[in-house]
Amino acid sequence: MNNAHSPTFSPALAAGSIPGLNEAIVRRFTLATIIWALFGFAAGTWVALLLAFPQLNIGLEGTFGRLRPVHTTGVILGFAGNALIGTSLYVVQRTCMVGLWGGRRLADFLFWGYQAFLVIAITGYVLGITQSREYAEPEWYADLLLLVVWVTYAAIFAGTIARRREPHIYVANWFYLAFIITVAVLHIVNNLAMPVSFAGTKSYSAFSGVQDALIQWWYGHNMVGFFLTAGFIGIMYYFVPKQAERPIYSYRLSIVHFWALIFLYIWAGPHHLHFTALPDWTQTLGMAFSIMLWMPSWGGMINGIMTLSGAWGRLRTDPILRFLVVAVAFYGMATFEGPLMALKSVNALSHYTDWTVGHVHSGALGWVAFIAFGALYFMVPRLWRRPLWSVRLVEWHFWIASLAIVLYITAMWVSGITQGLMWRAYDALGFLQYSFADSVAMLHPYYVIRALGGVLYLTGGILMTVNIIMTIRQPAVRVPKVAAAPAVTA
Amino acid sequence: MAQRERDPVTGRLTTGHEWDGIKELATPIPGWWITVFLISIAVALLYLWLYPSFATTKSLEPGVLGWSSRQELRDEQAMAAAAQGPLRNRLVATPLEEAGADETLRRFAQAGGRALFNENCAACHGVGGGGQQGQFPALLDDDWLWGGKQADIIQTIRHGIRNEDADSRQSAMPAFADTLSKDQIAQVTDYVLTLSDASKADSRTSLPGAAIFKENCAACHGDAGEGGRDMGGPRLNDAIWLYGGSRDAIMRQINNPRMGVMPSFATRLDEASLRMLTLYVHGLGGGE
Amino acid sequence: MANQGTPNHGTPNHGTIERSLPLLSLLSLLVIAIGGLVEIVPLFRIESTVEKVAGIRPYSPLEQMGRNIYTREGCYTCHSQMIRPFRDEVDRYGHYSIAAESMYDHPFLWGSKRTGPDLARVGLKYSNAWHLAHMEDPRSVVPVSIMPAYRQLKDRDIDLDSLPAHLTALRKVGVPYTDTQIKQAIADAKAQASGVDTEGLLARYPKARLGDFDGQPDRVTEMDAIIAYLQVLGTLVDFRDARLEKGAAK
Ligand code: HEC
Ligand code: HEC
Ligand code: HEC
Ligand code: HEM
Ligand code: HEM
Ligand SMILES: [Ca+2]
Ligand SMILES: [Ca+2]
Ligand SMILES: [Cu+2]
Repeated sequence: MNNAHSPTFSPALAAGSIPGLNEAIVRRFTLATIIWALFGFAAGTWVALLLAFPQLNIGLEGTFGRLRPVHTTGVILGFAGNALIGTSLYVVQRTCMVGLWGGRRLADFLFWGYQAFLVIAITGYVLGITQSREYAEPEWYADLLLLVVWVTYAAIFAGTIARRREPHIYVANWFYLAFIITVAVLHIVNNLAMPVSFAGTKSYSAFSGVQDALIQWWYGHNMVGFFLTAGFIGIMYYFVPKQAERPIYSYRLSIVHFWALIFLYIWAGPHHLHFTALPDWTQTLGMAFSIMLWMPSWGGMINGIMTLSGAWGRLRTDPILRFLVVAVAFYGMATFEGPLMALKSVNALSHYTDWTVGHVHSGALGWVAFIAFGALYFMVPRLWRRPLWSVRLVEWHFWIASLAIVLYITAMWVSGITQGLMWRAYDALGFLQYSFADSVAMLHPYYVIRALGGVLYLTGGILMTVNIIMTIRQPAVRVPKVAAAPAVTA
Repeated sequence: MAQRERDPVTGRLTTGHEWDGIKELATPIPGWWITVFLISIAVALLYLWLYPSFATTKSLEPGVLGWSSRQELRDEQAMAAAAQGPLRNRLVATPLEEAGADETLRRFAQAGGRALFNENCAACHGVGGGGQQGQFPALLDDDWLWGGKQADIIQTIRHGIRNEDADSRQSAMPAFADTLSKDQIAQVTDYVLTLSDASKADSRTSLPGAAIFKENCAACHGDAGEGGRDMGGPRLNDAIWLYGGSRDAIMRQINNPRMGVMPSFATRLDEASLRMLTLYVHGLGGGE
Repeated sequence: MANQGTPNHGTPNHGTIERSLPLLSLLSLLVIAIGGLVEIVPLFRIESTVEKVAGIRPYSPLEQMGRNIYTREGCYTCHSQMIRPFRDEVDRYGHYSIAAESMYDHPFLWGSKRTGPDLARVGLKYSNAWHLAHMEDPRSVVPVSIMPAYRQLKDRDIDLDSLPAHLTALRKVGVPYTDTQIKQAIADAKAQASGVDTEGLLARYPKARLGDFDGQPDRVTEMDAIIAYLQVLGTLVDFRDARLEKGAAK
């Protein structure tokens, strides 16, 4: 009993029962996730330092403006993207009881194609090649590569579901599927562009001005909604019940919040364009749908957290479960803060300030990364068939990363709200109280604290890497099938 | 095939499906969740009804409140104008020289001038008007190129210096690199450096640069370097320099004058703002 | 609502969907298509989305190159170009931005973060010399600045030969460049960066800012381009024009 619940030793599912199971590809994506995590966190810490100490900007290639997308792409498409693809391939094979469609070669192409895309995109930014569309910075040729890779991914994932040996499609796969389909649609439309020459890198967006802005934020918001949310809810729906060894709290809630979430999310993009030259009617829609989005988002949180009923005590002893559950709590927090910031009167203050950055990172560091950490710690022992090297190190990782988040988010809330208030402050006689430069000068201490948060978060990532490397370097454990049984029953 | 069982912990039925050991409970959706969801939908619909929303291809539904962000701005600006209006109007109506004597007006203009200055001027003239050594002039000394009376200052701010505004201040110093030799420039530089040193008043007349200065420079800068406002020629005998007082800086200026440009603020700022700035700059210490 | 689950899990119809991959995929696609279509399509069709105002013109070749450097360097990661209709923003930056001002912007550069100030109306706020000093070393003119220095732009020449290709690509996505504008692109860029022979340039691009922006009259560098771009921002529409106020009142 004790052994079965211990996170140190959770033997793999009797792999033999899944015909054609491809774990090699999942192992690769797992390692890629870790490498991109370190890269993305380091880049984030570095750009945070650039804002705190601008003298560190070196050359043209090393300036904040070029490196910021290196960070965002590194963490979103690199770290989160590899985590999504890796976990989805892990989950879909196990919940469909069948190996991947398309065979090993296609899966290998997906892996290398995706890594090649990332390297091409990110080295491009450093060289100054960018479309300047947030979260869609890669130029046209990299977009084409990603399109091919994404279609491959969709085919493998859907092909596997099509061959499933279970009558029903599991809820995690609904979310993965919606994420894959929607990202494809977003990617194609938002990247329509005219290259200056097919031998060169530069292109011009097919849209301009206000239409371009709405299409970009329809994309940008739904990258949050489907890449960083729907996909990650897919992760939650598999790894939380597995690690907690409890059934999903409510099947009906799954259905209702799934359809409500994907329907409502799409509309909310204009909340990134409040009070801009975008017509008022569109902004109204963006705000109204953001309000309606609150409960469908919390539906996911409820289903995640309440799945623990009956297993609450495990939180004290199991840091992996704690990563997963705290992630869901942060998801609840970010999706409460989001609709709040989508209210026009609140957005009037928060927009353009560090408050947005704080919101982003409560979602990114708290939800996206924490749930990914939990999934990694869960998968590694099973993929390599050896117990996790050190649970204490997972404890350390958890607490260091949590402290980092607190530093990061509180610093950004304070600096963001102060910024917003300083910009709009009038003195008693009715004149602007502060110049813009005054608000810049105020930021310094908060930027230092945020950078410190970054250093800590990166440190946590390094601990995880050490732990996983040490795990892999241990000799494999042969698990007699009988002994494995109690660990997999839920 | 679907075998429904009862979860021993919660006592709820499962749905009977199982994927890789994961089961689902048939728990009903929490009532509070449904309630809050319905309320949020109602609030959203109400909001859509009150504010501009659904679009047709021809016209827009303005919303029953008739609200628009631009109208709200105009209302707010009108309120601000009503609060500041009397003082602003009084400032525009009062001759600048007298405005300083009116304490309320002076305080008002100082506050407004400071805010406007920090946002519009400080990037060049520094916070507080200290200037940027070697690049942009200080405004708090009593050394004026274009005059330190209120009327002069407002003219300078309104139309700027050496820009495309037809009324901007214009003056030019020729680049002497083309007409004087290297030696001559060195000599006249040494001469210029003595102008602000009263103890050299007699000795400098014998310097070789003296003649060069008289011939090439005095027309604009005055015989003794006292400057000439009509030509915009700065004083050279007061040890206050626009672009630095080092030998190198002066030599560079003679070789290739900077001809600093200041933008025109006539279209950017309104009359009251221009006046506030004038009084603020005038009050920095060097006003005449 | 029945508790403890009803037969067929209480939601009989969903079983059909979750047993069929095509149905689940297709329904998902439909559900996500609605919101996007309802919001985006009208934006291309409603005329009042982009109010007509006088003065807007496509960027001159040099300005467009400056714009490309602005995107390349990621200036938009710190600077917005979108003044909201708030009293403080209008007091600080000038008239709120209107859609027409970015109608030739491929892509739009409104930004989402103001680490630095809004630049929508920075044109003519400073002199060319100030921009040069600021770009070379921001802290030399604004001591508290946290903006990176961009002195290298002065050493890098613009690829003049590629200009016609850039304007042609922009024409394909809808910017109304004429044949003459495309043919004269190189000459126009040189004229703008030197201030010499500018008659044709000014006829084609009214209000283009002229000058030897970077202090190197014999070269057309990236510094020339970025300053030419910054200096035109927000200067094309005359907001004292009463007609506009009426049109923009919507
Ligand atoms: C882009 C830089 C720049 C900005 C912005 C600027 N100035 Fe100037 N200003 C200059 C330069 C350069 C000169 C000196 C020009 C010369 O050599 O004649 C100057 C000169 C002046 C003078 C004349 C000083 C004298 O000695 O006569 C006044 C007064 C002045 N500025 C006030 C202001 C005010 C007030 C503002 C803001 C509304 C402002 N300036 C904004 C660059 C600037
Ligand atoms: C046609 C008029 C004219 C003539 C002739 C002229 N200057 Fe000037 N001088 C100016 C103007 C105008 C300025 C301010 C220019 C600027 O802002 O760059 C100036 C500025 C200067 C300055 C910088 C002052 C400071 O405060 O930093 C020096 C030094 C100077 N002149 C020296 C000379 C010398 C030496 C000669 C003769 C060899 C000379 N000038 C001839 C008009 C003239
Ligand atoms: C790390 C953030 C950052 C980046 C990247 C950045 N800036 Fe800035 N910028 C600032 C800050 C902060 C200020 C305000 C202080 C100052 O004037 O330097 C500023 C000010 C400015 C100003 C003066 C605006 C005004 O009204 O006073 C201009 C113009 C400008 N930047 C242009 C650029 C251009 C062009 C680029 C890219 C090539 C760029 N900036 C990149 C942070 C940045
Ligand atoms: C119901 C859910 C959510 C809503 C309604 C919402 C709403 C918002 C709003 C209003 C903004 C500010 C836009 C602006 O002023 O520029 C924003 C920014 C952002 N949010 Fe959320 N948010 C939600 C959940 C999340 C989650 C879970 C994440 C996760 C990781 C996230 C990531 C981001 C990012 C990355 C941005 C920055 C976009 C930019 O570059 O400007 N959001 N969100
Ligand atoms: C070590 C941890 C991290 C640090 C120190 C860090 C730091 C930063 C910094 C300094 C910025 C720029 C903010 C600005 O422009 O003012 C930024 C932006 C951003 N980061 Fe991070 N980051 C970290 C981790 C992450 C992770 C894990 C994610 C996502 C999974 C993420 C997603 C983003 C996004 C989406 C933005 C853009 C926000 C916006 O445009 O509003 N970051 N980050
Ligand atoms: Ca952003
Ligand atoms: Ca040049
Ligand atoms: Cu959003």
